[in-house]
Amino acid sequence: MASRPEVIAPPEIFYDDAEARKYTSSSRIVQIQATLSERALELLALPDDGVPKLLLDIGCGSGLSGETISENGHHWIGLDISASMLNVAVEREVEGDLLLGDMGQGIGIRPGVMDGAISISAVQWLCNADKSSHNPRLRLKAFFTSLYKCLSNGARAVFQVYPENIDQRELILNAAMHAGFAGGIVVDFPHSSKKRKEFLVLTCGQCSVNASISKGKNEDGESCSDDDSEDEENQTVCISDRHRPRKKQKNNKVGKGKEWLLRKKEQMRRRGNVVPPNTKYTGRKRKDRF
Amino acid sequence: MRLITHNMLSSNIKGVVNGFPLRIEAEKVMEKTMEMNSEFLEKMFEKVDWKAFVDASRAMGYTELPEEANSSMLDSDEFLNRFHHALLELDLEEGALVCPETGRRFPVSKGIPNMLLHEDEV
Repeated sequence: MASRPEVIAPPEIFYDDAEARKYTSSSRIVQIQATLSERALELLALPDDGVPKLLLDIGCGSGLSGETISENGHHWIGLDISASMLNVAVEREVEGDLLLGDMGQGIGIRPGVMDGAISISAVQWLCNADKSSHNPRLRLKAFFTSLYKCLSNGARAVFQVYPENIDQRELILNAAMHAGFAGGIVVDFPHSSKKRKEFLVLTCGQCSVNASISKGKNEDGESCSDDDSEDEENQTVCISDRHRPRKKQKNNKVGKGKEWLLRKKEQMRRRGNVVPPNTKYTGRKRKDRF
Repeated sequence: MRLITHNMLSSNIKGVVNGFPLRIEAEKVMEKTMEMNSEFLEKMFEKVDWKAFVDASRAMGYTELPEEANSSMLDSDEFLNRFHHALLELDLEEGALVCPETGRRFPVSKGIPNMLLHEDEV
């Protein structure tokens, strides 16, 4: 994106009729959304038992990500705050059910009924306070708390996010951890500023102890280390930098002896300097009174 | 909105203790066709609140569901067909959902319930 839509307007205003239609008819956007949705479903790690699952699509928009869920054989319920986007979804006759709602107000779904949740490019909107009554921290808390409640035990949630900076990512991750989720961030293509994609992978319930977070993809498609570990390394470097002790200055100065003095005089004579002759007083300490 | 979604929804208003189930006021109901998957239905049967489901399907004009149900009935093709039809094929196009405690109405337009809350309700 050339500029971040969160800065321009709230989502229900930014995605008006014209923008919603433009967004959905852009083949580039459609392709990106499909790729991200496939990856999110992959990270969701649903059991491969052939039974369709009931998934929640948060920020479903015009149903681009939901379409991928349907193609994989699952049922989904979509939630979005933009009525225009949802109207486009109705026109496209998406298979999932649609809800007009604000995720920052909490998700009004019964406890323990969803098999999983995905979200594509939506959660970062919660970090912006679009109204005087909005408090990003409280909205994130309401969102994650209600999400944790409606997911079944052992279910996962995968959110692809575009955090504006590290602080925003920390804010989102902390809110998720406080709500009871386990998990972390998976980064695909971490070294490419254009292709970099961040997925928040969260696990709900006891079996999260054994769950392992997938590795992010690299430029050549192979796995690479988590972004979290890179952050830790940076932290370590900073800490050691700050606490490096200063070198102690040596304080035990010893005077030079007669031998050193005689050697120095000889050296200066060899250089052609005018040097007083050696006598019995050479190198002797002067009287204190001098 | 299909009944599978209605059975999941509850009222999120501040102060509401039990916002489930939302009462349906149906003005326009449509029927859509969907392929049946018996494994999915069996899974959903465990999750569905049956009494709320029956009341909702009656509000939508479908009265073929039994008042009580248990898992042995899933062996019957007839029951599965009825369950599938009520759960996934009935679609509320226009109407409203009403919170059982506060009476707050959530309008349904073009099949999309409007669950947005006012500032004082958050």
